[in-house]
Amino acid sequence: MFDFSIITTWLHDFLMGTCGFAEWGAILTESVLVALAIITLYAVFAIALIYMERKVCAFFQCRLGPMRVGKWGLLQVFSDVFKMLTKEIISMRQSDLFLHNLAPFLVVTASMVTFSCLPWNKGAHIIDFNVGVFFFLAISSIGVVGILLAGWSSNNKYSLIGAMRSGAQIISYELSIGMTMLAMICLTGSMSFSEICQDQYVNGWNIVRGHVPAVIAFLIYLVAGNAECNRGPFDLPECESELTAGYHTEYSGMHFGYYYLAEYLNLFICAGMASTIFLGGWAPLHIYGLDGFNGVMDMIPGALWFLGKTFFVVFLLMWLRWTFPRLRIDQILSLEWKYLVPFSMVNLVLMALCVAMGWHF
Amino acid sequence: MNFTLFVTALLTGLAFVGVVTILAKLISPRSYNAQKEEAYECGIPTRGRSWMQFRIGYYLFAILFLMFDVETMFLFPWAVVMRSLGPAGLISVLFFLFILVLGLAYAWRKGALKWQ
Repeated sequence: MFDFSIITTWLHDFLMGTCGFAEWGAILTESVLVALAIITLYAVFAIALIYMERKVCAFFQCRLGPMRVGKWGLLQVFSDVFKMLTKEIISMRQSDLFLHNLAPFLVVTASMVTFSCLPWNKGAHIIDFNVGVFFFLAISSIGVVGILLAGWSSNNKYSLIGAMRSGAQIISYELSIGMTMLAMICLTGSMSFSEICQDQYVNGWNIVRGHVPAVIAFLIYLVAGNAECNRGPFDLPECESELTAGYHTEYSGMHFGYYYLAEYLNLFICAGMASTIFLGGWAPLHIYGLDGFNGVMDMIPGALWFLGKTFFVVFLLMWLRWTFPRLRIDQILSLEWKYLVPFSMVNLVLMALCVAMGWHF
Repeated sequence: MNFTLFVTALLTGLAFVGVVTILAKLISPRSYNAQKEEAYECGIPTRGRSWMQFRIGYYLFAILFLMFDVETMFLFPWAVVMRSLGPAGLISVLFFLFILVLGLAYAWRKGALKWQ
């Protein structure tokens, strides 16, 4: 497998040695490069996902989707971004202006920090704490503070209802996300994302290795992740037919654009986590005993494996979204508290039992 | 290095929103209209404030979440060393999980999970 840390160490040595930078200068330069990489990837994936969502949605509804702007509508999203940039940002008379302007900062920053937790390739990760999963859960829940602020500061009844629904829903489904991740930590014995991927590279993908409990955990994660992103049958916080746009009703122009960006990036992060924790991240498909096949699979770069799995999960989530009708808030909360939480607890014990008795592959 | 990069990502997020907002404010047109600054609620003038008492149901779930989340946090360190602890560790954590389930069952029995 290609190790990306060769490039990062080379860059560090190049800056320190050839260019004669001091230690802090090299780190500063690298930080700026990392920041540029984060922004580029963030924008590229947001645009790719918005285009994909429009096309997938259109094909599910027997339409063509965007076709006019550019070949197959490829430039549609770019023109939409440009349109949002040139729209006026209206400040409401009744709203709490400070909180109203603060909310997009929280939402976008939370999604950007969680975005940089994803392991792209062997050695290609930005933030890699040894308590990675814990850190990921902690940062991702800051986003809900931004949503609640947006709803409350708008001084609009639609926004308030949307934000309250979103808050109740996101914090509830965080429990099952935590529980399913816990089950997989039991299996790998590490919380750092790079170590989780390395473990899956050596021992096989978690979903295969942990068989029944891992598959149950994956299914629970998909449902809970969909709810975390405020999507699919769980899009109550912004159901357009009853609440206009939910918590971002009063946001216009680029302020609305931030929520749009963060929503799609959260979808990508959710799918990326699913592929990292359950489907092996950058670890290629290995079949025990078939050395020739495994050799060929190792030729494919890890980043391609990661993106392939992630977009597979993204497609699953889009499929879910455009297939099921919207639920009610009481149905959503009882689904979480009466079904998913007990199931994921039992599943955690089952997984722990499998690990303790050595019943996994 | 991890903390440096964490701060980098944090600052990137903040700077991104700040810079793009300033850019959008610079290039976007501006016009004043008294109607434009009203709250958007079906086109009818809004009645009353929206900063008001809200239904308690949402807060009940938030309180339940707080309890469960704090308790699941204690399970993370156990999950990491699970393999080396073996069956003995599993049995001792089962008591903890039992108390957790008991809490959920109590809330369920008391009707806290019912939406009214």
